[in-house]
Amino acid sequence: MADGESARIRFLRIEGLPILAVLLALVVAFMIAAPEVFLAYRIYMSFLATVPPLLVMAVGLTLVIASGEIDLSFPSVIALSGWALAYCTHQLGSPLLGLVFALGAGALVGYVNGILVARVGIPSIIATLATQFLWGGLTTVFSQGLSYSLGEADQLFLWHLLVGRIGPFPVQSLWALAVAVVLWFVLNRRRFGEHLLFIGDNVKVAEVVGVNVAREKIRMFALMGVMSAFAAVLLTFENRNFFNTQGSGYLLEVMAAVFIGGTSVFGGRASVVGTVAGSFIIVRVEAGLVATGLQGFWVRAVVGIVFLAAVVGHLIIEEPERGRVLIRTVSGRFAFHRKTPPR
Amino acid sequence: MTEAAKIGHVGQEWRHIVRLEKVDMTFGKVQALSEVDFEVGRNEIVGLVGDNGAGKSTLIKIVSGVLRPTAGSVWVRDHVVDLDEYSVRMAHELRIETVYQGQTLGEKQPLWRNLFVGRQIVGRFGFIDVKKEKEIAGRLLRQAIGLRGEGITADSTVRDLSGGERQGIAIARAMYFDADLIVLDEPTAALAVSEVRKVLTFVEGVKAAGRACIYIEHNLAHVHEVADRLVILDRGKVAGEFAKGEISLNELTEQLIKLHEGHTRG
Repeated sequence: MADGESARIRFLRIEGLPILAVLLALVVAFMIAAPEVFLAYRIYMSFLATVPPLLVMAVGLTLVIASGEIDLSFPSVIALSGWALAYCTHQLGSPLLGLVFALGAGALVGYVNGILVARVGIPSIIATLATQFLWGGLTTVFSQGLSYSLGEADQLFLWHLLVGRIGPFPVQSLWALAVAVVLWFVLNRRRFGEHLLFIGDNVKVAEVVGVNVAREKIRMFALMGVMSAFAAVLLTFENRNFFNTQGSGYLLEVMAAVFIGGTSVFGGRASVVGTVAGSFIIVRVEAGLVATGLQGFWVRAVVGIVFLAAVVGHLIIEEPERGRVLIRTVSGRFAFHRKTPPR
Repeated sequence: MTEAAKIGHVGQEWRHIVRLEKVDMTFGKVQALSEVDFEVGRNEIVGLVGDNGAGKSTLIKIVSGVLRPTAGSVWVRDHVVDLDEYSVRMAHELRIETVYQGQTLGEKQPLWRNLFVGRQIVGRFGFIDVKKEKEIAGRLLRQAIGLRGEGITADSTVRDLSGGERQGIAIARAMYFDADLIVLDEPTAALAVSEVRKVLTFVEGVKAAGRACIYIEHNLAHVHEVADRLVILDRGKVAGEFAKGEISLNELTEQLIKLHEGHTRG
C-alpha cells in the first residue's frame, strides 16, 4: 500500500507527465476520428502557427496564478500592443519602433496592475478587470476603431525573424518554446520564481522568511504585461492585420490552458510544462471539434466544460481534503433524495 | 559599519545573547510590560510561562524585532542596540530566529525549498543550486531531524509531514542558519501527544548544539522538563524566576494557579 502510494506520488511529481499523456491521447483520438485531417502534417504546422500567442500568454499567466493572483487585462494588451506595432509599422514605417512601443506598453500596463494590487491593495481580479476596460477602451480611441492591414509585412526582416517560415515550419513556435523554457527556469530556478510560489502558498510565510512581497508582485505583473505584448506582436504579424478586438477571444482560452495544465487555482503550485500541454490541448480540442463536424457554436461550451473538468480533476488530486468534501457534498445530495422518503 | 555588524563581530566574549533592561511596553492605555528585566545566557533554555495576556508574546516580539519597547533597553551579546534601528531583519543578522506557530513553512512547497527560501544557494548566474540545496536538506532531515525512511525526502512537501515534524523543520532551519538564539512560540500547541515528544527532542537538540532558546509554553510539564531556567510573567511583570531543580512541577503549577486566582479576585 505504502509502495503504491509513493509510486503514485513519484509519478505525479514528474512535471506535466499526466497532462502530456492526455494530450497524446487526444492526438490519437482525433487521428482515429478524422484521419484525413490529423494524419497529414499540414494541420500540425497550422497548430504551430496559431498556438504561440496563446502559449506565451498562458505561460506568463502561470506565474501570476502561481503567486495566487489573477490578470484579466491581457486581452487588452493584445489590442493595445498590437495597435502600437501596427501603427508604427503602417503609419511610421518603423516596425522596430513598433516592437519597442508594443513591449513598452505591455510593461506599463503590467506595472500599473502591479502598483494597484501590491501598493494600493486592490484585489487583482478587480484591479485588472478595470484596467482591461481602461486599456481596451483607450486602444479603440487611439485606433479610431480602424483596422490596419499589414499586407506587406512579409517584406520586413523583423517579420521573418518573428513569424517567418523555415520550409513549412513556423518560426514563432521556436520563440514560444524559448519563452516557455526561460519562464520555466524563472519559476523553478530563480529566487523570484520561488518567492512567487511562497507568496501564492502563504503570504504570511513569505513575509516571515524575508520575501519583499510587494516588489515581487509588481515585477510579476510587469513580466505578464511584457509576455502579453510579445504575444500581441506574434499574433498581429502572423495575421498581418490589426483590429481592436483581436484580444477578446483569449481570456477563456488562456485561463483554460493554465488550469488544464495543472497549475493550482489556489496558488503556490504551478507547472509551465503543464501549461504548454494545456495550450495545445485547447487549440486541438477546438480544431478537432470543428474537423470532426461538430457545429462551431458548440466549441466554446465544450472548452468551458473541459476547463471546469480539468479544475475539478486537479482539485481532487492535489487538494484531497477539498476533493473529499466535494464528493461528500455531491453524494450527500443524492443520498438525501434516496433516503428520506422511507422514513 | 552597521549596528548589526558591530554586535556580530564582538564574537567570543559575551555572556548574554539577549538582555532586556527595565523594558516597558504600552499599547494605548494597556500596560503590556512594565519594568521587565529578562536575560538569556549562552546555551541556555529559558522557559517563559504565564497566563494569557501575561505579556509573553509581547516580550518575544520585542526580542525578535517586531515591536519597539516604549521604554528600557535591549542588549544583544552584551551590547546595547539602537532601538530605532532594531528590526526583524536586524535580529536575523544578529542570528536571532523566531519560529512562530503555524506560519513558518509553505505547505505546498518541497522541504528543500522551505529550508532555503529567503537564503537560497545560488550559482554565479543567480540560478538556485537545486542539487546542493537538496543534498543539504537531505542531510538535515536525517541528522538534525531524524527523519529516516518513512518515505520522507527533501522532495516531500510540507503537507506530507506531521505537526511535530513541521516544527522540527522550522527549528532545523534556524539552526542551520547559525541562530544563536531560537525563539519558540508555543511549538506544541495543537499537536498530538506523540508529536509533542518529538518537539521536546528538538528543543533538547537546540541545547546540545550549543544554542540558546526562549521557549513559550502553556503546558507546564513540557517546559519544566526542558528549561534550564523558568521565568514566570504575570500581568506584565516578572513574578518569579527559578533555575532548573529549584521548583518542582507541582510547586510551579500551584504558583501559577495562585497568580491566576489573584486576577479573578482582584
